[in-house]
Amino acid sequence: METYPQILLENRKPDRIITLKEYEQNSGYVALKETLKQHSESDIIQMIEDANLLGRGGAAFPTGFKLKTVAADAPFPRYLVCNADEMEPGTFKDRVLIHTNPHMMIEGMIIAGYTIKAEKGIIFIRPEYESGAKILEREVRRAQEAGYLGKNILGSDYSLEIVVHRSGGRYICGEVTAQLNAMMGKRPNPMQPPPYPTEKGVWGLPTVLSNVETFACIPHIVRQGPDWFKGLASTDTGAGTKLFCISGRVNRPGVYELPMGIRLNEIIEKYAGGMPAGSEFKACLPGGASTGFLPKAHYDIEMDFESLKKVGNRLGTGAIMVFDQNTCLVDATLNLTEFFARESCGWCTPCREGLPYVCDLLLRLENGDGEEDMIPILEDMGKHLWSAYCAFAPGAAAPLQSLLIHFREEVEEHIGQKKCPFKQ
Amino acid sequence: MLPDKLKKTLEKQIAHTDHPRELVVDAMLALQDHYGYLSDAAVEEAASLLGMSALEVEELATFYTFIYREPVGKYVIHVCDSLICWMDGYESVKNYLCEKLNIEVGGTSTDGLFTLLPVCCIGYCDQAPAMLINRKVYGDLTPEKIDQILEKFRSEA
Repeated sequence: METYPQILLENRKPDRIITLKEYEQNSGYVALKETLKQHSESDIIQMIEDANLLGRGGAAFPTGFKLKTVAADAPFPRYLVCNADEMEPGTFKDRVLIHTNPHMMIEGMIIAGYTIKAEKGIIFIRPEYESGAKILEREVRRAQEAGYLGKNILGSDYSLEIVVHRSGGRYICGEVTAQLNAMMGKRPNPMQPPPYPTEKGVWGLPTVLSNVETFACIPHIVRQGPDWFKGLASTDTGAGTKLFCISGRVNRPGVYELPMGIRLNEIIEKYAGGMPAGSEFKACLPGGASTGFLPKAHYDIEMDFESLKKVGNRLGTGAIMVFDQNTCLVDATLNLTEFFARESCGWCTPCREGLPYVCDLLLRLENGDGEEDMIPILEDMGKHLWSAYCAFAPGAAAPLQSLLIHFREEVEEHIGQKKCPFKQ
Repeated sequence: MLPDKLKKTLEKQIAHTDHPRELVVDAMLALQDHYGYLSDAAVEEAASLLGMSALEVEELATFYTFIYREPVGKYVIHVCDSLICWMDGYESVKNYLCEKLNIEVGGTSTDGLFTLLPVCCIGYCDQAPAMLINRKVYGDLTPEKIDQILEKFRSEA
């Protein structure tokens, strides 16, 4: 089996985190030292832009560009937020990264914070990851004791403190503007930009928010250069490695660090140990619950942001959920839509009212009470979800819309046979 | 009434921040740990500690999955019912727990030890089916494993 460079999961231990000392022995915090000694804020942003680092939390927003949008004359204090909420079903890479090497993302946060002169750092973490929250609190303290955080970091003019903010647990808190409200102790409804968080975020102050994995990439880009980072990908359009979470009908579910752009079949067959005996690939969700079903025709697709966009799908968080020939995708879509309906914050109509209606129609289809005219209604509902306030509603429509495009026959079979063809 | 020690700890944390309400989730979790759930009195206490109205605390308390506004058992079991766990046996795990604890989903066992609630994806799809008990994860669940886990909690209670 070909082994690819392990960057984010380098020296991963089976049963414990990498200690600060071990990380330091392995070039840990070297990038921060170099940054503070010899790089300007704009140098670092340029490196991140040149490296084509795209946000790993699902939206694929260019990180360098985001940092650049904090205006030079923007007010203080400025906030830097690490989104460790990771509530996208199928996704568990940030959990693994925090339990492998928390200091890599902490170092990335400090470097990113330096570029926007952020004084306040927040790690926003879901309550299900209480063990991760405890690790982060302890390791932030250790980083502070070692002089990497706090007043005048490593003797420089730059100061940053980081606190761990526990969520009370709701999917919507992963959405950027909802997360701002959550951090301020307000009801976590999304807010429609403008103003963008980099202009007016936490308490009306400039705020940059990125994902755990995105921050973890930054020290490596600074230390080894943008060209090296881009070269890690196996496609020209991709950059860096990607933490792929794979689950469902595979023999070895887990998190694998592989080149951005690696082919889907290689991930499934070589790294996830293939599918169980008797199972055949039917479809997968390539990037979490809010991406579309990817049919077998794309079994060898290159897993990067561009390639998936080309086939009308998204890489999202890189969470691959694999289904075999025995999985009823109507039932799977029902489960996903129930998730979105329950987790809807209720702020706007398409999501609050639309999703329970979609659930009802799917349930009737699954129970054999489906009718032909339900298909166009479901299509309409999918379109309406795109008029919601935040990006999570179109995400909720993705499984439904892709079901109706790629697996329409399966839906029609439910109607024609007046039962679920997968149930005895 | 909140014990002095807990009250002082919270007041100290709150004094440390420019915007007290940032700590509302921490305060709710701490009060909930003390009372067993977030009682009406606890909502009032959180509000007065944070300089918020009780209504402002209430709208958050009822929003978040891990804040319980009704009495719950000493151990709250959250069983993941999202896609991968659903494919890998959520239904049988849930039924097994209901049978063993003699409760319905949402109920609390008569000994007051366990409450059973479904929850969305907890981020342990590599160990499906999985559940949380008081925010600690238990994965790759089988009936035998569930028996052992319940037994462990019963003996500790």
